[in-house]
Amino acid sequence: MPTIFGSAIKRREDPRLITGSATYTDDVKLPGMTYAAFLRSPYAHAKITRVDVSAARQAPGVIAVYTGNDVKDKAVPVPCAWNVPNCELKIPHHHLLACDTVRYAGDGVAMVVAETRAQARDAVDLIDVDYDPLPAEVDPEKAAQAGAPQFHADVPNNIAFKWVVAGGDAAGAFERAEVKVQLRIVQQRLLPTAMEPRAAVASYNGGSGQLTLWVTSQNPHIHRFLCSVMLKLPEHRIRVIAPEVGGGFGSKIPAYPDEAMVSLAAMDLGRPVKWTEDRSENYKVTIHGRDHIEHVEMCGTRDGRITGLRTRVYAGLGAYASTAAPGIPTILHGLVYSGAYTIPNIEGTVYGVYTSGAPVDAYRGAGRPEAAYLVERLVDTFARAAHLDPVDVRRKNFIPKDKFPYTVATGLIYDSGNYEAALDRALEKIDYKRFREEQQAGWKDGKYRGIGLVSYIEICGLGPSQVAGAVGFGGGLYDSAIVRVYPTGMVRVYIGASPHGQGEETTFAQIVAEEFGIPVETVEIVHGDTDNTPQGWGTYGSRSTAVCGSAVKVAAERVKEKAKKIAAHLLEANEADLEWKDGKFAVKGSPQSARAFGELALAANVGWNMPPGVEPGLEATAFFDPTNFVYPFGTHICLVEVDADTGKVDVQRYIAVDDCGPQINPMIVQGQIHGGVVQGLGEALQEIAIYDESGQLLTGTMMDYAVPKASQMPHIETDHTVTPSPVNPLGVKGCGEAGTIASAAAVVNAVVDALQPFGISHIDKPLTPARVWAAIQAAKASGAGNGKGAH
Amino acid sequence: MIPASFEYARAGSLREVLNALAAKDGTKLVAGGHSLIPMLKFRLAQPARLLDIAHIAELRGVSEYRRGARIGAGTTYRELMESDILRERFPLIGEVCRTIGDLQVRNRGTIGGAVAHADPASDMPAVLIVLDALINVRSKRGKRAIEARDFFQGAFTTALVEDELLTDIILPPSPRGAGSAYVSFAQAASGYAIVAAAAIVARTRKTVSHVEVALTGLGDVAHRVESTRQLVGTKAEPEVLDKVAAEAAAGIEIQGDIHAPAEYRRHLTAVAVRRALDAALARAR
Amino acid sequence: MQRSVTLSVNGAERSVRVEPRALLVHVLRDELNLTGTHIGCDTSQCGACTVLIDGRAVKSCTVLAVQAEGSPITTIEGMGRADALHPLQQSFWEKHGLQCGFCTPGMIMTAADLLQRNPDPSDDEIRHALEGNLCRCTGYVNIVAAIKDAAATVRAGRSAGAAA
Repeated sequence: MPTIFGSAIKRREDPRLITGSATYTDDVKLPGMTYAAFLRSPYAHAKITRVDVSAARQAPGVIAVYTGNDVKDKAVPVPCAWNVPNCELKIPHHHLLACDTVRYAGDGVAMVVAETRAQARDAVDLIDVDYDPLPAEVDPEKAAQAGAPQFHADVPNNIAFKWVVAGGDAAGAFERAEVKVQLRIVQQRLLPTAMEPRAAVASYNGGSGQLTLWVTSQNPHIHRFLCSVMLKLPEHRIRVIAPEVGGGFGSKIPAYPDEAMVSLAAMDLGRPVKWTEDRSENYKVTIHGRDHIEHVEMCGTRDGRITGLRTRVYAGLGAYASTAAPGIPTILHGLVYSGAYTIPNIEGTVYGVYTSGAPVDAYRGAGRPEAAYLVERLVDTFARAAHLDPVDVRRKNFIPKDKFPYTVATGLIYDSGNYEAALDRALEKIDYKRFREEQQAGWKDGKYRGIGLVSYIEICGLGPSQVAGAVGFGGGLYDSAIVRVYPTGMVRVYIGASPHGQGEETTFAQIVAEEFGIPVETVEIVHGDTDNTPQGWGTYGSRSTAVCGSAVKVAAERVKEKAKKIAAHLLEANEADLEWKDGKFAVKGSPQSARAFGELALAANVGWNMPPGVEPGLEATAFFDPTNFVYPFGTHICLVEVDADTGKVDVQRYIAVDDCGPQINPMIVQGQIHGGVVQGLGEALQEIAIYDESGQLLTGTMMDYAVPKASQMPHIETDHTVTPSPVNPLGVKGCGEAGTIASAAAVVNAVVDALQPFGISHIDKPLTPARVWAAIQAAKASGAGNGKGAH
Repeated sequence: MIPASFEYARAGSLREVLNALAAKDGTKLVAGGHSLIPMLKFRLAQPARLLDIAHIAELRGVSEYRRGARIGAGTTYRELMESDILRERFPLIGEVCRTIGDLQVRNRGTIGGAVAHADPASDMPAVLIVLDALINVRSKRGKRAIEARDFFQGAFTTALVEDELLTDIILPPSPRGAGSAYVSFAQAASGYAIVAAAAIVARTRKTVSHVEVALTGLGDVAHRVESTRQLVGTKAEPEVLDKVAAEAAAGIEIQGDIHAPAEYRRHLTAVAVRRALDAALARAR
Repeated sequence: MQRSVTLSVNGAERSVRVEPRALLVHVLRDELNLTGTHIGCDTSQCGACTVLIDGRAVKSCTVLAVQAEGSPITTIEGMGRADALHPLQQSFWEKHGLQCGFCTPGMIMTAADLLQRNPDPSDDEIRHALEGNLCRCTGYVNIVAAIKDAAATVRAGRSAGAAA
């Protein structure tokens, strides 16, 4: 029988998705449904001096209108759940609706509930609010300076925290270094843009006191926990259902005021309430990503040994501290400053800064893309300054494959790796030497081709719960599974993770089918409903397979152990004499005696003839808590040609070699890489959220925010190496964020490489034609290069 | 996204449309709706009444007209792309249509809707200008024909007056052997032109005998490029083309935005004009 | 003011009472319970709401229901059922052309229009045809592969039909 683990079988979730029969949150329809719409602040920063909802309350179909002061005492402010220690973190109140001050354009001011969507929307226009506008600041570096507008009375200089990571002696290393380079890097704000906007449907049964909340969530158990806090409702009275979820990319991790408002209204009115975000509302209020201004330096020896890395980072948090926000630019960012390299001396200082933009939180990669980007940009810049080849510099500084587990200067212990193998595999796809020759020749003819390499690592598979506690994460990071075998041998697996496109209904079924020697069709994965799944922590941080998949594996092993006991009993043999072969337990040497998994399932579930002391039934629960994070890695190569006349970047080839350990379903892994890479290409080439100085979002619709289109993106070539992780029973690492973590820097490295003849050392992403052209003009004007490669 | 309330009626005849426009009661016309409905959804337009003119047969289709073509205002981009007459006589129309919107938008959006809406970044105005198109309009008061170069007056502003209906567009025959091209540098999100140049060129033997270039995306309105006139009588030597391209934006007030600063647009204008001329010359017989 | 509108959807006549301002996508989803058609933007960019009207792919968020009266409409629910998939649905499944699935119905409807007019599209032609359909999950690589695969299936079916 071919192994199920490792085969590219078609996804189990697809039939409902391709026929339009899947149920997303906005598809949920309940008897007596009402509809909510929000009035949101048009100002980035203002005092609210008057709110008049009387006309709205009189409008046709309107059932209720709520303002900030109406709900202030009924609810607890939106909690921030990542209290990063040792950084004097300050978390101001974020009320469900603004009471006296609005702090970003989109801050909720009032909510209308009406009989129809249209009536709710119409009534929003009838609410009259007087604002007293105050100065805004969306730049995190400027917002942290003395004299900047103050957004929260209890947060001086808008500085939410100052977090430091240090290992070795960075100051000394820089003092002694032969080669030093520095860059100022802007990691622009990004709009996550899950194709499904957020939505919530709340239904409350006053008799039982039960609230049911359907919500676009990556982590329904976290939503249950945080809603319990916000609504002051006992957690066991809340059922959170994340039905089909149309992408998240981090934006559906946080608790938002919106679902809490919808729940409060459902409890208040005794009728179900539905709210669905418009895309322009989504762009204003759903969390944004990145928003760093970074001053970064690298130093080393003339022969290419990197000896130090230093950063000073201003990380914009937006108006309020979103659920995981403080942990993103600190724990998930600064701790991976060593990248794939043995950098002995590292010092990073990160300021978390409140601004007048929308809250910033986890966006695909969350902190790690920003780290990989700055490290990989610095490595290229350092190689250039040392007149060395960037490939050679990477090789020279890689953590050697025989040094794992390896402790980097920031204190993390990397689980396993073979970085050079991935680099070699990627280089096999191109003729590097010839490319360099052709590149040089092309420069003379005004043909600007470049190559960008990135050898990334990431920290994922979040993570050991003990570490979660130590770094202030307000929850666990284990995950869970119940494997339940039915009398007919069919299997259902209830999991704590909450996949929303990652295909775990298929990959987890493969784990179980492999374990039991049964067809994958007989295993069904159940997720997304807190009433029937065990406590888990959701799907993000490329953690589901490494952590929850391992829980599935452990639970399945427990089931199999019990099945073995029953088999031994039925066969009147010693357990030790049994072997598992071809999906059956048999006495060694007498295969005719075999008991298949299905027979044992029936025996266990009817309980007619159980071994002494063994309970009937066949199911097991596992809570798997890994002993360490996992550290996927790989090398990506991007080949570009830049049209110097227009600044347009043409990505001619994109090669991704990733190592996420053994692949349960290579087709799904490849799909994750494709999607991740394109998200990073969008970041590198065209995506940017722009606010004007008054805090108005100028890229407020898809007319102005350039989500990559098929016609704008290249084909992506993929390959992989396999280096198992020792920290979980599957040996797997994560693959959901890898593409994004690698690709932005690969593109920028390639473009800067292509433009060497102009003497350009850095261009901030996104590399829009206008920006690239402007950089070339500026370089020409400064006389940095003549464009012919002869400097 | 829900529009504010309005009334809706389907027009059965041209006369009904002209009567409605003459009443000047704030009735808005809708055909494909791809300019109007997005504005309704954002409540940037809140008309009291919509009159649907999509079902008036005389407003639709492409037909032969005096060795040129007549295009009904209600003709969709898809129909323009599939028209044999346009493909043979005015390949520029098909070329520009491929850059407009996307497959779905082209299935539904109409040329008349886009022309009457006069979005400053719209692609069609520049093309109609270089093709010397005539825009036919009607009202209860009568008919008139407006040259394309006079029709577009500013952002969302045209020579149409309140009671007039754009009925059709006449394309006169292009000079014999003319070559044309449309070069557009699109904004990545909307697909609208940051700068686009439409060009048509004819040569007699090797000498340029006719040239028209128009630009869109630079500012409020599409512009006819005057500098290209210098090409007439030359053999379109590279130095002349460079000069013409470099001077193309002279006198045009160029606006910058978050996607492209004015300086970049000015530079790109020269690139677009040069590339459009090169391509048109290569296609001219 | 509500009015009665009769829509012809997936081969059946359906009468609903709606306001003239009601968008076709809202009527399909909220009144006719055809929730396979999705809404992903408000500016006609994303294409999640794509349906066929008169056999042509159209964004149903940019059409009023009253405008669609009298024209046959096909939604994803009219393409094929799980036990009788349309070749495009089959190929999206085979080639892993979807992840979260939210954009998928719109992708399939646009691809159906493309294949009607171009039975053998190149990669570039497919990518150009999908300009009005955004996907945030797949990076498009497998969507392009799926549409090529479906085109081959349809062509093989046609030639088999012609031979018979």
